[in-house]
Amino acid sequence: MGSTLVDAFSLLGTLDSRLLGIVGLSLRVSLAAVLFGTLLGLPLGAWIAVSRFPGRGAVIVAINALMGLPSVVVGVIVYLLLSRSGPFGSLGLLFSPPAMIVAQALLVTPLVAAVSRQIVEDAWREYAPEMRLIGLSRWASARLLLLDCRFSLLVATLAGVGRAMSEVGAVMIVGGNIDGFTRVMTTAIALETSKGDLALSIALGIVLMGLILALNATAHVLRSWAARRYG
Amino acid sequence: MFPLALRGLAFGTPGKPVLANLDLDLSGEGISVVLGPNGAGKTVLLRILAGLLPPSGGSLDWGGVTQPKERVAMVFQQPMVLRLSVLANVAFALEPRALASPEKRQRALAVLERVGLADRAGESARLLSGGERQRLALARAWVTQPRFLMLDEPTASLDPGATEAVERIIREIRTDGTKILMTTHNLGQATRLADDIVFLAEGRVQEHEAANTFFARPRSAAARAYLEGELPWRIAFDR
Repeated sequence: MGSTLVDAFSLLGTLDSRLLGIVGLSLRVSLAAVLFGTLLGLPLGAWIAVSRFPGRGAVIVAINALMGLPSVVVGVIVYLLLSRSGPFGSLGLLFSPPAMIVAQALLVTPLVAAVSRQIVEDAWREYAPEMRLIGLSRWASARLLLLDCRFSLLVATLAGVGRAMSEVGAVMIVGGNIDGFTRVMTTAIALETSKGDLALSIALGIVLMGLILALNATAHVLRSWAARRYG
Repeated sequence: MFPLALRGLAFGTPGKPVLANLDLDLSGEGISVVLGPNGAGKTVLLRILAGLLPPSGGSLDWGGVTQPKERVAMVFQQPMVLRLSVLANVAFALEPRALASPEKRQRALAVLERVGLADRAGESARLLSGGERQRLALARAWVTQPRFLMLDEPTASLDPGATEAVERIIREIRTDGTKILMTTHNLGQATRLADDIVFLAEGRVQEHEAANTFFARPRSAAARAYLEGELPWRIAFDR
């Protein structure tokens, strides 16, 4: 156990190229997925927050339920969509980083939408009379509320980053865990642990936890600064 | 002359009316102040006029139509202050207008100058004091050049200095030709600002008089008790 830990820290200390490659791909895939998930989820959540339409309650329940969607289910769905016989098979995306981005974006979008819906709706409840009286459209109101809540929404985005970076099932299915091409931190940890190469698993686990911790610390500092700067 | 008349306006349920068959002519210029004990229906009245609450009975006559043809604005007791700059908090009121961004910015800055907040235009509005927030809210209403402005207790919980600054702005808005309808519990403020007084109690207009007449010779017992500072517990709880 002791020598495994020494090996793990050695991989980190020497900036092992294989380790760096896996970390780099993980970051590229997850950040791209969070970017797409945020671009979709934030306006969707804000729009639901300020809109009233038949079935709105059902939509909210569905989005909240999708927050807990098992990643393997998303993996299977994306696999079926991107497989040769699937509707998007001609794109040839299966077992590639873009397929992994699609799968993670599908996991992140409902999470961001649900959290931002709640945050924006709380603000909307308070501001709706003035915004309506001013004559702002629903979209204009939603845009303003997104701006007003931007620092709280960071938390929603952060939750999305955590969800994307820590999931393993979907990227394993649609990425195929191909060494040097679609192998990310979580799939590498699963594989290397099963092979008995615990040093790489531990090193990647430390990096993964360090990244999540760093993101949370950044968000905390940013929110504290924003509270002082913007009230 | 700004046209507005309330015909048999009602709000609430038959067993628990908040406003009952209100007949009131608010046409004209100047500042009308609505006085009355807590629960008299002052804020509800303003919200109905603003279109934020549907009346349960009666009608509004805005010069022959049921919806105002001219611009209506309202300043709330706790105004909305977004986590944006002071300038942006005013400029967004012009969003529904077909104006270019520089024009919106220019108009917002001009009105901030008039309320004494131009030097803080770039700062976060959330860092303003209570009095400054009310001035910001007045600026946001003023920038839309309303013909009819409603103010719901605009100086509640403000210190005398901040109250004086807000009152100065209210007078300026009035001078611009805007008809103002405001509620307050501050009788001193009512005497300083009001052209006419609407005294509301038990969901009804008890008196609507020129301010001087109302304060010199209140006709109703409820108004006399209110002016004498008697706690209006019967009015508040007998309903």
